[in-house]
Amino acid sequence: MSDGAPKDAALREPVGTDAPRREIRRFLRGRGRYVADIVLPRMLHAAFVRSPHAHARIVSIDLAAARAAPGVERVFAGAELAEICAPLHGVALHRPGHKSALQPIMAVERAVWQGQPVVAVVARSRAEAEDAAERVAIEWERLPALVEAAAALAPAAPPIHPELGDNLAFAFEIEAGDADRAFQEAAVVVEQRFDFVRQTPMTLEPRGLIADYDPGSESLTVHHAHQSPFQMQDVFSRHLGLPEHKVRVIAPDVGGGFGMKLNVYGEELAVCAMSKLMGRPVKYLADRLESFVSDSHARDHRVTARMAVSKEGRITAMEVDDLAAVGAYGMPLRFNIAEGMMLITMAGAPYAFPNYRARTRNAYVNTNLIGMYRGVGIPLACVVGEALADLAAERLGIDPVEFRRRNYRRKESLSGATPGGVRLAGTSFDACLETLVRLMKYDELRRTQAEARRRGVYYGIGIATFVEATAYGPPYYGPSEARISTQDGCTVRLEPSGVVRCVTSITDQGQGTLTGLAQIVAATLGLALEDVEMIAGDSAISPYGGGAWASRGMAIGGEAALKAAQALRANILDLAATIAQTAPDRLDLRRGQIVNKDTGAAVISLADVGKIGYFRQDTLPRDFDVQLSATRSFVDNGAMCYMANGVQGSFVEVDPESGFVKCLGQWAVDDCGRVINPMQVTEQVRGGIVQGIGAVLFEECIYDPQGNFVNATMADYLVPMASEMPDIFVEHVETPERSTALGAKGIGEAGLIGAMGAVWVAVNDALKPFGARMTTQPFTPERVLEAIAAARRGTRAGK
Amino acid sequence: MTPRDPEAGFTVEIDCTVNGVRVRRAVPARQHLVDFLRDELELTGSHLGCEHGVCGACSVLLDGVVVRGCLTLAAQAHGKRVDTVEGLSDSGALDALQAAFARHNAAQCGYCTPGMLLTAHELLGAGRPMSRAAIREFMSGNFCRCTGYHAIVDAIAEVLERPSSGS
Amino acid sequence: MKAPRFAYRRAATLAEALDMLAGEGPGAVPLAGGQSLLATLNMRLSTPTLLVDIGDLDELVGIALERDVVRIGAMTRHAHVLESAVIRQHAPLVAEAIGHVGHVAIRNRGTFGGSLAYADPAAELPACTVALAGTVVVASRAGRREVPAERFFKGLFETDLAPGELIVEIRLPAHKPDRTWAFLEFARRHGDFAIVGLAAQATLADARIVDARLVYLGCVDRPKLARAAARALAGRTLPLDETAWIEPALAEDLDPPETPGCSAATKRQLAAVLTRRAVAAWHDRMPR
Repeated sequence: MSDGAPKDAALREPVGTDAPRREIRRFLRGRGRYVADIVLPRMLHAAFVRSPHAHARIVSIDLAAARAAPGVERVFAGAELAEICAPLHGVALHRPGHKSALQPIMAVERAVWQGQPVVAVVARSRAEAEDAAERVAIEWERLPALVEAAAALAPAAPPIHPELGDNLAFAFEIEAGDADRAFQEAAVVVEQRFDFVRQTPMTLEPRGLIADYDPGSESLTVHHAHQSPFQMQDVFSRHLGLPEHKVRVIAPDVGGGFGMKLNVYGEELAVCAMSKLMGRPVKYLADRLESFVSDSHARDHRVTARMAVSKEGRITAMEVDDLAAVGAYGMPLRFNIAEGMMLITMAGAPYAFPNYRARTRNAYVNTNLIGMYRGVGIPLACVVGEALADLAAERLGIDPVEFRRRNYRRKESLSGATPGGVRLAGTSFDACLETLVRLMKYDELRRTQAEARRRGVYYGIGIATFVEATAYGPPYYGPSEARISTQDGCTVRLEPSGVVRCVTSITDQGQGTLTGLAQIVAATLGLALEDVEMIAGDSAISPYGGGAWASRGMAIGGEAALKAAQALRANILDLAATIAQTAPDRLDLRRGQIVNKDTGAAVISLADVGKIGYFRQDTLPRDFDVQLSATRSFVDNGAMCYMANGVQGSFVEVDPESGFVKCLGQWAVDDCGRVINPMQVTEQVRGGIVQGIGAVLFEECIYDPQGNFVNATMADYLVPMASEMPDIFVEHVETPERSTALGAKGIGEAGLIGAMGAVWVAVNDALKPFGARMTTQPFTPERVLEAIAAARRGTRAGK
Repeated sequence: MTPRDPEAGFTVEIDCTVNGVRVRRAVPARQHLVDFLRDELELTGSHLGCEHGVCGACSVLLDGVVVRGCLTLAAQAHGKRVDTVEGLSDSGALDALQAAFARHNAAQCGYCTPGMLLTAHELLGAGRPMSRAAIREFMSGNFCRCTGYHAIVDAIAEVLERPSSGS
Repeated sequence: MKAPRFAYRRAATLAEALDMLAGEGPGAVPLAGGQSLLATLNMRLSTPTLLVDIGDLDELVGIALERDVVRIGAMTRHAHVLESAVIRQHAPLVAEAIGHVGHVAIRNRGTFGGSLAYADPAAELPACTVALAGTVVVASRAGRREVPAERFFKGLFETDLAPGELIVEIRLPAHKPDRTWAFLEFARRHGDFAIVGLAAQATLADARIVDARLVYLGCVDRPKLARAAARALAGRTLPLDETAWIEPALAEDLDPPETPGCSAATKRQLAAVLTRRAVAAWHDRMPR
C-alpha cells in the first residue's frame, strides 16, 4: 500500500524483490570471516583480570608471578595504560545536568562494578594468558555496593563517585497541557507499576578486536567486531593521541550487534594501547562468561504510570515516572540517558491526548554499564502505553482493538507533535491495525478464547501499537557534541568490463542492508543484481559515515547509494551519448546496455562504454571529462528522525496450574516506508520479535544485594531457543518517507518493540479471568503463579 | 606408576581423519576440538559462542554424529572421523540444506549457521517426516539471536519434504 | 574460557582405567561423555590433575535384556538409549525420560553412567533409576559392588562412589505387564534441566493402585523417593476423583530449599501438578 509517489528508475526491480543476500552463500559454507578467524604475524592474545567485587578499593597488585608464567609477554595494570590512553567520559553536552565520572580504561584505584577490567595479560595463547591471569594477586578492600536505583538516590546514599556529589546521572521532565486536571476529571484512571529488569543483548559472537599497531608507519589498524568503524577510528585516535588518518578500523563479518557492539569499551581501548606499547598485533576475544559482566547491559527501569480516560473511551492524559539504574559510568558517545528519554517521550505516542507529565531519573549504581540495545527504551514505552490502554479498555468494557481505533491520532493531527515532542507525520496506524486484525483473524481468536475459557483453558490475545524513531539525524546527535556521524556515503564505480563495485560507509551485521543497497544501485544502473558488488566496513576506504544503528541503513545509506548511482548514471549516459552522438535524455540503462529510451534498441553496451572511458579516451572529444565513479553522501541536516510505526498481535496460552506461558502465534504489520527487500524486512521483524519474547518471558540479569551478577552463564540467563518460539507472520504497509527520494524508513528495531508490548499484554489478557496482573518482567512460572495466588487472596500482585 | 617427565601427559598424540584427510598431531591435552580445528587446521567455520555447551555454534560431526566441539577434547578425536561445515560443503552433503537456507534467508549474521546446518543434517539423516514442532524440538540446542528461527524451520521443512531439491 | 592444564591418559581396558585412577589419587577424574566435566573445566570450576579417558571402553557399552533385568553399560550414550528397542519395551519410563535429556549433540556424547556419577539433582536418569528400584554396579581395583539406586545418591552432586571407583553398569528391573509409568517435567525451555520433574512407576491391579514409586527431581539435593505420597496413593482406584490429598502428602516428603526464582512453595505446587498429571497418564494408558 503506497501513497502514490512517482515511480522512477530507482524504484524498478530489483528494488522491491526478495533478492537473496550474497553473504549468505559464504556463511553457509563456513566462510564467514569474523575477528576470531583473523590471524596476523606475531599476533599475541590478551586476557583480562576483572574485579570480582561490585565495589572495592585496589590495595595492591602483584604481577610478578603472572609475568613469570609460561608464554607471557607483558602484564599491564591500569596505571601504566592510563599514561598513554585518556579516560572515557560519557556525558551528553547538550543535556544540562548530565554528569559522569571519568572512566579509566582499566580500573586504577577502585573497581566500581563486578567485571570491570583491572589487569591485562598478553601472552602467546589465550590459554596461557588465562593461566597467568590466575596468578595475578590483587588485594582488595571491599566497599559497600549500591545496586538499586532507589537506594542510590536516597538522601543519605554515599556517592559512588565523590566528585559528582551524588548518584544522579541525569533527570528530565516533560510537562504538557494540564495533567492534574485531566486526571481529576477522568471517568477512569488506571495505574500500574512496571519492573523492567536488566538485560544483556547476547550476540552469539562475543565482542572482539585485533589491534595492530605498526611502529614503522606509526599507524594503528584495528579489526573490530563493531557496528561503527568510523566512531571507533575517532575514539582510538583521540584517546591514544594518534592522528586520525593513521587509524584504520575494519569491521569484518560481525556475528550480531543489536546495539551492543556500538558502545565504547575500556578494555578494547586497552587492547589498542597495549599493541601500541608492544608494537605487535594483540587479539582480544571476550569469552561468554566475561561477556555477561562486561558487554553493555540494557533496560533496568522501574516505572510507575497512569492513564486518564473519558467515559467514551478517549485517553485524556498520561503520566509516567521512570527510575533507571544505569551502571557505574556514563557510556561514552552512546549515552546512558537514551533509554529513559525514549521511554518518556514515546509512551502513548500513537494516541491523541494533550495532557502529559513524565519524569526520568537515571542513577549510578555499582553494576555494569548500560549502553545501546535494540529499541533503546521504546520497547518499554510500548509496554507502558499498551498495558495501560488494555487496562482502561477492560475497565470500560471496550474491546482493545476498538479502543485503539478510538484513540489513534488522526491524519489531521499527525503533522503536529505529541506531548512528548514526537512528530508523527507519515505514520499509518489505522492501516496497520486493520491489516493486523485481518491477518491474525482477531475476531476468530477472541471467539476461540471465550470458548476455551469455558473449558478451563486460558488463551491470551495482545495487540500492541508503536511508533519508532528511526535514522536519527544531526539534530539528535549534533548538540551532544558526540563525534557520531549521522550521514553516510557511497562510492559507485564502473569497472571497465561493465560491472559495478561500490563502497559504502553502512555496515551490515546480518540485516541484509548491503544487499538492499546493491538492489538500489542495480535498479538505477539497469544492471542485474549479481553485477553489483558491495564493499563495506573499512574506515579507510569508504566515504566517511555512520554505520549501523538506530535502524538507519536503508534510509540514510540507501539514499546515499541512490544519489551516487544516479550521479554515475548521468555520467555514463553523458559518455554514451557522446560516443553515440545523441542526447543523454534519449537514452536509458537496461540489462547492462545503453538503449534508446523509447524503442529499447541497444545503442552500446556498458562494457564498451567502460572500455572507451578507461582505455580509449583518444577517441573522445578533447574536452570531454570522463568520470566513471561517483561518490555521494547523504543526510537531511534538519531531520531529527524518520518516524516508522507498526502493530503486533500475540496469541499465548497460560497454564494456571504451573504458571508456564506458551507462545502460540505472533503477527506483525510494519510500516517502514518504501520496502527495498520484503524478505529482509520480514526477517528483521522476526528476529526482533524473538528478542521481544525473550524479554517478556525469559531474560533477566539477576544481581544480588552485593552487586554480584549471579546468573551469568548461558545455562542460567535464558534466551529463547527454537522450541519455545511460535511461527511469526509479517505483512508490510508502505508509507514512503516524503523528504527523501528513496522513501525508506528503518525497520531493525520494530520487531522487538512491538513484540515486547504484544506479548506482555497477551499474558495479562490470559490472566484476566483470575484478576491477576503481571508487572515484573520476565514472566517466570513462579511470578505467574504468585500473581494468580495474590489475586485469589484479594490483593493486587506486587511482584 | 613411573615418576615422570613433568610434561608427560600434558600433550597427546592424535591420529584422526578431518574432512576425509588424515591428520596426525601432538595436541595440548586441554585443547578442545574446536580450538584444534580452528587454530591448528585453520578450519574456522566452526564457531565459539559460549564454550560451555549451550549455544551449539561449535557443532561438528564426530564419527558421523553431531557433537559440541567445545565439550570434546581434541584428544578424544583420536581414531575417529571429524567432519566440519567446510568438508560437508565440499562433499555436497549439505547442498540441499544450503540451497533451502539461502532461499528462505535462514541466516543473518551467519555465526550460528554452520552449527544449524550440521544439526539439521542429522535431522535429515533420521529419515522420517517431522512436524514443524518436532523440527523445532530437534533444533532446540542451537541458539540463534538474529532470525527468530522461523526461516530456519521453513528451510528444513522444505528439504524434509523434497529431499532432492538442490540449488 | 580455556581449561586449565591437566594431564590426559587414554585407558584401553577397564582394568587399566582403574589402575590409572587409583595411581593418580584424588586429582584424577574419569572422562566419560564429558558433557558436564568439560563444561566445568572450560569455566575453570575444577582443576583435576589427570583425566582418564574411558571413551574407548567398549566393554562398558551396551543394552541387553537378561532374564528380567535390563543391563545398561555405563558408557552407553543417551542417543543409543533413545533409539533402543529394548529400552522402549522393557524400560519404558527411561524411554519417556530420555527425550528430555539435553539436546541431540549432548545425547550423542553423554552417557548413562556419567549422568548418574555427576548426580545433578535435576537430572532425569538418576530419578528414573531410583523410580525403577535399579542397581548401580561399581568397580574398583578391589572388585565390584552393587549399590541400590536409592542409596547411591547422597547429596548435591554427591554419590556413593569412592575415589578410584567407576560405575560400570546400571541394572533396571524389566517392565512387567501389571506396571505402569510416567515421566513428566517442568523445564523453562526444552532440554533445560528441570525445575521439577517426576519419574513415576506403579503396579496396578485392574484400576487399583497396588503400590507406587514416585521420585521427584529438581526439588532437593538428590532424586527424592516420596514415601508418604506413595503410601497415600496405594489402594486408590483410577481415575482419581479427588486429588486434594496430594499436596499435604508431598509436603511430608519434599522440603525444597528456597532458591532465587523458584521458591519452595512453587516447587511443591509444581510437584503436585506433576503428580496429578502422572496419575492421569496412568489412567490414560490403561487398556479399555
